[in-house]
Amino acid sequence: MRFLQNYPNLLVSAYQAVERLLKLFQRWMVPGGFVERVFIPLEMITKGPLFDCRMCGQCILHSTGMTCPMTCPKTLRNGPCGGVRSNGKCEIKPDMDCIWMQAWERSARMKTYGQEIMIVQGPVNHQRKGSSAWINDLCTDVERLPEGWQP
Amino acid sequence: MKSGSRLERVLTSGRFAVTAELNPPDSADPSAVYDRALVLAEVCDGINATDASGANVHMSSVGICALLTRAGYEPIMQVSCRDRNRIAIQGDLLGAAAMGVRNVLCLTGDGVQTGDQPGAKPVFDLDSISLLRTARTLRDEGHFLSGRNLDSKPRFFLGGAANPFVPPYEYRPQRLAKKVAAGADFIQTQYCFDVPRLKKFMAAVCQAGLNDQVHILVGVGPLRSAKAAEWMRKFVPGVVIPDAIIDRLKGAGKGKQQAEGKQICVEIIQQVREIDGVCGVHVMAYRQEELVAEIIEEAGLLPRRWQPGRGKKRSSEEASH
Repeated sequence: MRFLQNYPNLLVSAYQAVERLLKLFQRWMVPGGFVERVFIPLEMITKGPLFDCRMCGQCILHSTGMTCPMTCPKTLRNGPCGGVRSNGKCEIKPDMDCIWMQAWERSARMKTYGQEIMIVQGPVNHQRKGSSAWINDLCTDVERLPEGWQP
Repeated sequence: MKSGSRLERVLTSGRFAVTAELNPPDSADPSAVYDRALVLAEVCDGINATDASGANVHMSSVGICALLTRAGYEPIMQVSCRDRNRIAIQGDLLGAAAMGVRNVLCLTGDGVQTGDQPGAKPVFDLDSISLLRTARTLRDEGHFLSGRNLDSKPRFFLGGAANPFVPPYEYRPQRLAKKVAAGADFIQTQYCFDVPRLKKFMAAVCQAGLNDQVHILVGVGPLRSAKAAEWMRKFVPGVVIPDAIIDRLKGAGKGKQQAEGKQICVEIIQQVREIDGVCGVHVMAYRQEELVAEIIEEAGLLPRRWQPGRGKKRSSEEASH
C-alpha cells in the first residue's frame, strides 16, 4: 500500500473525510480512555501499511508530503541531512531511498499543504510515543511541543 | 552585535572571512590541541572544534573549546545531535558560553555506522534545525525549551551547515531558508569540489534574498592524493568529488599529488570568492593543518581579506593612505 503515498492529494482528502467523521465523536476522544485503546490498533493497521508508521503519536504528515519522517534513520523532521548519496539513497542505509527526497517531491505536488514543509518543526515529545495521534490531534489540550518552544 | 565574536565582526564588516577546522586529537594532552591551533590561528578568524565528525570518537568539542578559549583563541563549537539529547545539549551550550565560546555550529551529525563504533546508540533527539531554534531561544528569549528562565542569557553567533552538492539539489536553497528561519546567522558548507554546482545553488540563494540574511562560508580543503580522494568520496558522508578532480590528481604523478591537491584548493578558493553571496571560506585540511596557512596565503587572502564588492570603500580609503 506504500504506493498510495505517491498520491498525496488523495491521502489528504481521505484524512479530511476521516477527520469529519471523528469530529462527531469528539467528546469521547480523550487520551488514555477506552476509545484510545481501540484507536491505537486501528491506527497501527491503517497507517502501518500506508506510511510505515512508527506510532510517534504526533503526526506531521501534512507538512511532509504525506511521508512519515520517523522512517528516516535519523528521525529528522525538518528536511534531509547533508549525507544523502548522489543516487538519492540514504547515508545510513545504502539500499533505502532518502525519504526526504520523496517528501519534498510529494509536497511540491500537494495543493493545500504544499508550503507546510517550510514550517520549523519542534522536537518529538517522547512521552507521546505509542499513543493515538488522531486523538492527540483532536484534543487541543494535549501538549506536544515543549513549553519554551518558539513557534 | 549578537555575540561580539571576531567572526561576527569580520562578517558584518563585509570582510572575507576565513575559518579552519582543527582535527581533534586522540589524546589527553592539551598541547596536542595547542600545537594544531597555533598554525591555524594566525591565518583565520575562527577555529572549528569538531564534534566527533564522521562518528569517530576524538577529544570532545567542548573540551577543545575550553582549551582554546583559555588561551584566547576564537573557537567555533560544533554541536551534533547524534550523541546527546536536548538536556545535555542545552547544558553544554550554557557551559560553553560561560567559558567564552561565542560561535556555535549546529549540526545533525553523521550516522553512527560511518564511525569507529557503529554499535553505538544514535540519539537524534533534536535535529540541526530544532537545535538552531533551541540555541536561539536560549540567546534571545533567555529560557530553556522547558520554558524555565535563565539568570543570564548566552551570547551566540549561530551557524548551520549546508550541502549544495547532494540531492535534492533544487530543494537545498529552501532548506537553507528553513535554517535561516530557525536562527542561523552564518553557514559553513560541505567541501566544494564542484564550483558550477555551487554557482547554481548560490544563484537560487541570492534570488530568494537569503544572502542578505545569512553569511555563507564555502567549505574547501586540499586532497592529499587521488587515493585519499577516492576514499573520502566513498566513506565520508556528503562529500562529492567529481572524476575530473581525481583524474587531475592522478595526472600529477607520484610524489606531486599533494602539491596538486593544494593547488586545486587554492584555485577553488579563488573561484568561489568571485561568486555573489559568498562571504568567506572554511578550510578543512584533514591531517594537513600545516598546509592551511600556505593555502590561504597563496589564494591571496592575506594580510587583508577584503571581500570583492563589499567593503570596497574601506579598502580604497586604506589604499589612499
